[in-house]
Amino acid sequence: MDTIKKGDWVQIHKIVLKPEERASHLPEDTKKVPLEMWVKGFALSDGKIGEEIEIKTVTGRIVKGTAIKLNPRYIHDFGDYVPELAKIDMQLKEMLFGGDCDE
Amino acid sequence: MSRDMSYDAVMSRKNEIMKKAIGIDYDVFETGGIGFDYERMMREAGYSLEEIQKIQSSTGVGNTPILELKNLTALARKLAPKGKGARIFIKDEATNPSGSFKARRASVSVYHAKKLGYKGVIAATSGNYGAAVASQAAMAGLKCIVVQECYDSKMVGQPEILEKQRACEAYGAEVVQLSVGPELFYSFLCLLEETGYFNASLYTPFGIAGVETLGYELIMQFREKLGRDPDKVVITHAGGGNVTGTARGIKKAGAEHTEIVGASVDLSGLHMASDRDFNRKSFTTGHTGFGIPFATWPDRADVPRNAARPLRYLDRYLTVKQGEVFYITEALSVLEGLERGPAGNTSLTAAFALAQEMDEDQIIVVQETEYTGAGKHPMPQISFAKQNGIEILFGDPDTEVPGQNIVFPDHPSKIKVRDFDLGKARMSYIKNAINNYGKKEISQYDFEFLVKDTNSDENFVRSVLSELDVKVL
Repeated sequence: MDTIKKGDWVQIHKIVLKPEERASHLPEDTKKVPLEMWVKGFALSDGKIGEEIEIKTVTGRIVKGTAIKLNPRYIHDFGDYVPELAKIDMQLKEMLFGGDCDE
Repeated sequence: MSRDMSYDAVMSRKNEIMKKAIGIDYDVFETGGIGFDYERMMREAGYSLEEIQKIQSSTGVGNTPILELKNLTALARKLAPKGKGARIFIKDEATNPSGSFKARRASVSVYHAKKLGYKGVIAATSGNYGAAVASQAAMAGLKCIVVQECYDSKMVGQPEILEKQRACEAYGAEVVQLSVGPELFYSFLCLLEETGYFNASLYTPFGIAGVETLGYELIMQFREKLGRDPDKVVITHAGGGNVTGTARGIKKAGAEHTEIVGASVDLSGLHMASDRDFNRKSFTTGHTGFGIPFATWPDRADVPRNAARPLRYLDRYLTVKQGEVFYITEALSVLEGLERGPAGNTSLTAAFALAQEMDEDQIIVVQETEYTGAGKHPMPQISFAKQNGIEILFGDPDTEVPGQNIVFPDHPSKIKVRDFDLGKARMSYIKNAINNYGKKEISQYDFEFLVKDTNSDENFVRSVLSELDVKVL
């Protein structure tokens, strides 16, 4: 599972600026954490998740970082069902198209 | 290859990197003080309206339809005093390639980059602009990198920004994702230096000129359809380009009496550079966290002089609450059969409230919509808010506290017009100008520039300056 073959599509992670290298005038919480970066590309060698690897991005840049995911999937979706939104929908339709509203 | 890549070293090379990456010599518009020749910059570094129409029609951008929201108008009239309730229209900008008005800005930037012989384009954006640049770059056969502020320090991404990443990658772009912080600009400069690509900034004269067609087209469509100009146009305001470009186009069409109204989601209290606050907001743009800083100091942008100068054009600036925008997004969907947003729905919310103050025979237009879908829809946003401990309530939206709760109006009559005091914004603009340039006295030219850039008058600027102990020479 965590073996990467040369040419695989990989997401890497790297620290761009350590907390002490960051800009001044940051809020306290941001000051404590590093500036991190994630980018995807094709592995230039075999490797393993969790280890350092070089990738070639779709624009041809070579970037080195820690491999964190192989063929990363998009994780955003439509979320959980939100019953509050249905309540809004019903109120709007009733107000405009009838129901018990006599306006 | 021994170039110093430390934060300070790269930031100190900023001007040199920018000059190479944008192909504009901003110095020729400078006069050595606060003021610069804005109109000359727009004229000489940008394109004419006719040229832009040509560029945009060759990439399928623009000519988006105007739709009348009859049911939303009917609802507003139910809530308004007798005889009140203007007709509400939207310009369906979601029908642009890449699904938003940002295609207008991107089309001109990418055209310009290609004309100047750049191999690729880079844009720093977490929003629709990234997808727009990626889409236009795909058409032009240019390489494209989009730099996003996307995750907090636990690698939790805002769902809307994750969707933008997907869209950019779908159009063949490389997406560089960063954690929270203003040093995104540092990474952006490093990439410009490394690649030699064009800086497809949101704030160049041609980017802003790309939006002028929106305002111009809108006026022409109303004249053709209804034989008259709209009374008010409502524009979602963030960085100022939407307001500036649209308003300039409206004025170029000669619609002198159409009122320009900006609208932003009220996110007061949340710090835009805070790792913790980052995922406690349900709107990634179109909010006061961009709207106010960019109105009161436009030259904070990623170019030496920002072509987006919203205070010049805003007649009114309204704020709306997150809960209200979600409510109106639902209304647009179930009453009008249009699933859109979130971006344009911020101004639609303001328009819904504002229409109730206007006469029935008046016209109010929301000048944009955007595509919706996974990550962007109210459902994922509210789910995400709940996961982040945000309380979801029904009640009076005035009790909403950004980062703590989202208050859906328990009745649409609770959606209100809230004016942001533009006088206050103008005052802080002048203060920022004086502080940033460290002036104790300013030239007559700078004085006149401040009057124009704040769209105020001599007495107003004079009184603010005297409060600051600044003399006009």
